[in-house]
Amino acid sequence: MAMLEIVDFGKRFTIHHLGKTMPAIQNINLSLEAGEFIGIVGKSGSGKSTILKSIYRTYLPDEGKIMYDSERFGEVDLAQISERQMLYLRKYEIGYVSQFLSVMPRTTCRQLVTNALLEMGESVAVARGEAEKALAHFELDPKLWDSYPNTFSGGEKLRLNIAMATVKKPRLLLLDEPTASLDQQSKIKVREIIEKLKKQGTTLVGIFHDIEFMDGLCDKVYDMQTRQLTITKEVVSHES
Amino acid sequence: MYEEPILQVRNLQKQFGTGCIECRQKETRKLVKNFCKSCGTLYACQDISFDLYPGEVLGIVGESGSGKSTMMQCLYFDSDVSSGEAYIHTPDLAGKNIFEMSAQQKRFIRNYVYGMVYQNPVQGLKMNFSSVGNIAEKLIAAGNKHVGQMEATSKKLLENVHIPLHRMKEEPRNFSGGMQQRVQIAKALSNNPPILFLDEVTTGLDLSVQANVLDLIKGIQRDLGISMIVVSHDLAVIRMLADRTIVLLNGKIIEEGLTDQVLEDPQHEYTQQLVYSLL
Repeated sequence: MAMLEIVDFGKRFTIHHLGKTMPAIQNINLSLEAGEFIGIVGKSGSGKSTILKSIYRTYLPDEGKIMYDSERFGEVDLAQISERQMLYLRKYEIGYVSQFLSVMPRTTCRQLVTNALLEMGESVAVARGEAEKALAHFELDPKLWDSYPNTFSGGEKLRLNIAMATVKKPRLLLLDEPTASLDQQSKIKVREIIEKLKKQGTTLVGIFHDIEFMDGLCDKVYDMQTRQLTITKEVVSHES
Repeated sequence: MYEEPILQVRNLQKQFGTGCIECRQKETRKLVKNFCKSCGTLYACQDISFDLYPGEVLGIVGESGSGKSTMMQCLYFDSDVSSGEAYIHTPDLAGKNIFEMSAQQKRFIRNYVYGMVYQNPVQGLKMNFSSVGNIAEKLIAAGNKHVGQMEATSKKLLENVHIPLHRMKEEPRNFSGGMQQRVQIAKALSNNPPILFLDEVTTGLDLSVQANVLDLIKGIQRDLGISMIVVSHDLAVIRMLADRTIVLLNGKIIEEGLTDQVLEDPQHEYTQQLVYSLL
């Protein structure tokens, strides 16, 4: 089966103080194979993040299925599995990079990445080594490693966020607008990072404002307006 | 299910008062919040059921008076339950309702299985014993006899919670609130409990000390794999510490889920209000 298959998926929000239920997204169908990179595009408010957050169970899905081919549990519906199973998947299989960095206060950049590995049960020595490798890999200045991330620039925070998620080597990585509010230079860096991850065989789902930034990187593009899944791989190989 | 919980709580009830015809039937009782107007009985915990898994941090949130602390006191045997069951899945305790155990067995659980950190250090510490003596008290209760060993263990624990060793013989009443809280954590950890209860541990501490305590708790959970129940009305604390979260209102569980899900996609009206109030 596909690594991830979303079938007739829908999500509503019930806002009690308004006495209203608002449909956020409906009838989402898309699938991706292991090692593929799918980009989700659309205006703000079109429900891009809702899809991503529903895959990660930050939002409770309402309709449809989110089938995921887990290494540990086999084929599972992420909309139905227990919270404990979801926690397991978050720890070992599915990574999430949000736009904002939300971490333990007064913990250094190096320690944050190390902790991500310690939580997986790695030994201190391995975790430290891997953390340093990851920080170097994502080109975070070693001068910053022992400082607290709330002083970091937007681009640095984002790279730390990506380092924390990818150091665990997730099979599926969800990227929530990794290029929003970044300057051109930082965007190019993020693009390079995604290229590296792809080469390592990570399956990626990313949300992007600007589709042109992803040119030549995505295997598939899902457009929230048209509900169309476009396969771009052929186009890419043709161009190159 | 692919794993077994370490603590299972089923239908925990705690009421203050005898109840009357109006409120005895839980399906039909009419209460003002959790209070019966005709007889004055207060239903502090109503039908609370949950599982705690090994190595997991479970957050409990809710407003003052929602039953958070009462629930913890019941689990820690500080207060008797009105009814309900709880099971601890360790080899020697499995299959037995801990609420029905003898006082001796309950003491065994407190000494060997549980650790407790109270909101108010006065409850958890003997303020006129030395800090190291406070820890030794728990160690002795857990069956230790060797003074030298106990002193060494106490020193190590105090060091872990960043209490300077030259002050270890001092009484906790001389310490600041944050230091007292850290001595309490050291004491609670001294018997290597598989289950640790933390009741509003960061309430009333300044931000800098709070960061210290949070970091300490997270580190303990990571390094020792202790299961914890963390009660707090501070959602930010819960977000940092808890994997899963339960929301209590008027003594009942109204919502439970993954912590980020409860905070970002709250389902219940009350939880939505709570989350909208977050700074």
